[in-house]
Amino acid sequence: MSPASASSSEPGSGTAAQGPTAPAPRGRTGRGPRGSRRPLARFLARRVAVALLLAVAISLVTFVLTNLVPGDPVAANLGQRALGDPAIVAQWRADHGLDRPLPEQYLLHLEGLLHGDLGMSQQSHRPVRDDLAEFVPATLELAGTAIIISLVLGVAFGVIAALRRDRPSDHVLRLVSLIGISVPTFWLALVAFYVFFFRLQITPGSGRIDPGLSPPPQVTGLYTVDSALAGQWDVFASAVGHLLAPALVLALYTIGLLTRFTRSAVLEVLGQDYVRAARAKGLPGRVVLFRYVLRPALVPIITVAGLAFGSLLSGTVLVEAVFAWPGVGQYAYKSATTLDLPAVMGVGLVVGLVYLVINLVVDVLYGVIDPRVRVS
Amino acid sequence: MKRPGILGRPSPAEIRPRRVRLPEAWRRPLAVAGGVIALAWIVIAVAAPLLAPHDPLAQDLPRLAPPGAGHWFGTDQLGRDILSRVMYGARVSIPLTLLLVALSVLIGGLLGAAAGYFGRWVGETIMRVADLVFAFPTVILAMVVAAALGASLANAVLAVLVVAWPSYARVTRGLVLGVREREFVLSGRLLGFSAWRSLRVDVLPNVTGPIMVLATLDIGTALLLLSGLSFLGLGAKPPSPEWGAMVASGVEVFDSWWVATFPGLAILTVVLAFNFLGDSLRDALDPRTARAIKERAL
Repeated sequence: MSPASASSSEPGSGTAAQGPTAPAPRGRTGRGPRGSRRPLARFLARRVAVALLLAVAISLVTFVLTNLVPGDPVAANLGQRALGDPAIVAQWRADHGLDRPLPEQYLLHLEGLLHGDLGMSQQSHRPVRDDLAEFVPATLELAGTAIIISLVLGVAFGVIAALRRDRPSDHVLRLVSLIGISVPTFWLALVAFYVFFFRLQITPGSGRIDPGLSPPPQVTGLYTVDSALAGQWDVFASAVGHLLAPALVLALYTIGLLTRFTRSAVLEVLGQDYVRAARAKGLPGRVVLFRYVLRPALVPIITVAGLAFGSLLSGTVLVEAVFAWPGVGQYAYKSATTLDLPAVMGVGLVVGLVYLVINLVVDVLYGVIDPRVRVS
Repeated sequence: MKRPGILGRPSPAEIRPRRVRLPEAWRRPLAVAGGVIALAWIVIAVAAPLLAPHDPLAQDLPRLAPPGAGHWFGTDQLGRDILSRVMYGARVSIPLTLLLVALSVLIGGLLGAAAGYFGRWVGETIMRVADLVFAFPTVILAMVVAAALGASLANAVLAVLVVAWPSYARVTRGLVLGVREREFVLSGRLLGFSAWRSLRVDVLPNVTGPIMVLATLDIGTALLLLSGLSFLGLGAKPPSPEWGAMVASGVEVFDSWWVATFPGLAILTVVLAFNFLGDSLRDALDPRTARAIKERAL
């Protein structure tokens, strides 16, 4: 289900999600001259092909999900009086292409997608593409900051816990990481907002920047980057300030997850004979840790981090709601509750694609770190 | 309750080479804490009408009274006793979460076992559907399903179920694949067991341990997701004392901190308890069993 449980017991699922579908030339890679010279390129090509297939599948699933479920977008969007008039209802359905057969609707949808057309949002009356262009960077900025924080702290905590196994610091970190994966994100967001903004007034309030400031000229859509590029340092400081609290709240869960996985991954490697041998021949502890222990331990850690990014994207829906962060989560929520089908499909597609890209990156990193993965 | 199911059954040496005595595992502090907290919540859920000081729905108390002698957890904006609502909330959230996880185990486990045992196109089809569900972030998928079905607690459960079963399908399939070719399974087939009987008698008992660990850890995740949907207004409807919805009502009266704090703490403690239990359970089983989940999930 959610990455918490899925990943806690199967740190390979990032790869597994795509592995079996790979049109794998089994057992041949590595033998022929081309295979042996460029196994990474072949590995990559295979992964990209699978990702493309999955992308089409995702578009189909978002379409089917939003169409075959028993919700009525007409009832959700038209007022009571308009609903009573069959002419208005029919006109509305025709305007939104809802009077065509489903396969035709899907083909039209797919054709639009290829032209970058995600349809018109029935709520905002703007192209979904424009809506997403506005909201996606906000979420990426939030989730990106959170994943960086989680990777740094989670891996560090996990290594410390493994090296100090069964000592007090290990127990404390275990408790902290268990609390981290057990806290309801929406509640923690609320508590953080109350304590740090309302009571202590350390952090700024909701939104991406202070209300008095105007957003920086859009280049990437990430306020921190754009304001730095434009040299607007007051906006930059405000954007960073606004980012910290929600990013930390969002990160706590993944910090817990990564701490636990790093700990077990490192412990597993620490028990290997070659690590003992490296120690026995007198290599300095730092060399053993970084060169002999962390590198093999990184394989499961990266997989979990990839999955964790997915759970971060889930968490943003809840955190954005509390911090009034104008991101995809808020947009998804609004469009889901009003059954704004084009918007929901757009969100599903974009988020699914982001997830796909992350999984692809994880797979590739996997192959880079562990040569065995490339040829299997 | 789960003891004989997890550790009491005979199992092949490769999966569980040495048996760990349960009492040892239960003596660990985290396991004890988890067990005590979980038990306490179950008692509260069962005995809420006896324990709760007030009617959870009665709106006859002073509004937004801070925690004090009369009302330990204070009252909400409609003059309802929050302690009583939190206690009654256990009757809503805990049984639904357990039901949810049980259904996920059943559906995901059966589909995964079928995929692993019968292989080929049955397996491929099931696993590709599971992959697709994995391709979406859970909350967003659950949100779309819940919104499309209409906001209600039953639909929220259904929505979580849609995103929950694939992890069981994947893990079960991996474990079944590992057991399927083993001699005792093959000899069962040679003795004339039907596929279904072989699956039920020889295969399933040998994969239940890791599945139970996953399920215990999943109780917390399921509760978080379910209460998250209610928090967004896609689950329980007022005036139901559901914890996620109670936290959401605290957003409206921000400076009365107690309205959101206590139901949130209730969620936290339940999730924490089951995570403690699941964690200890995993350690109690042979470490190689835990690794078997990882490896075979690939």
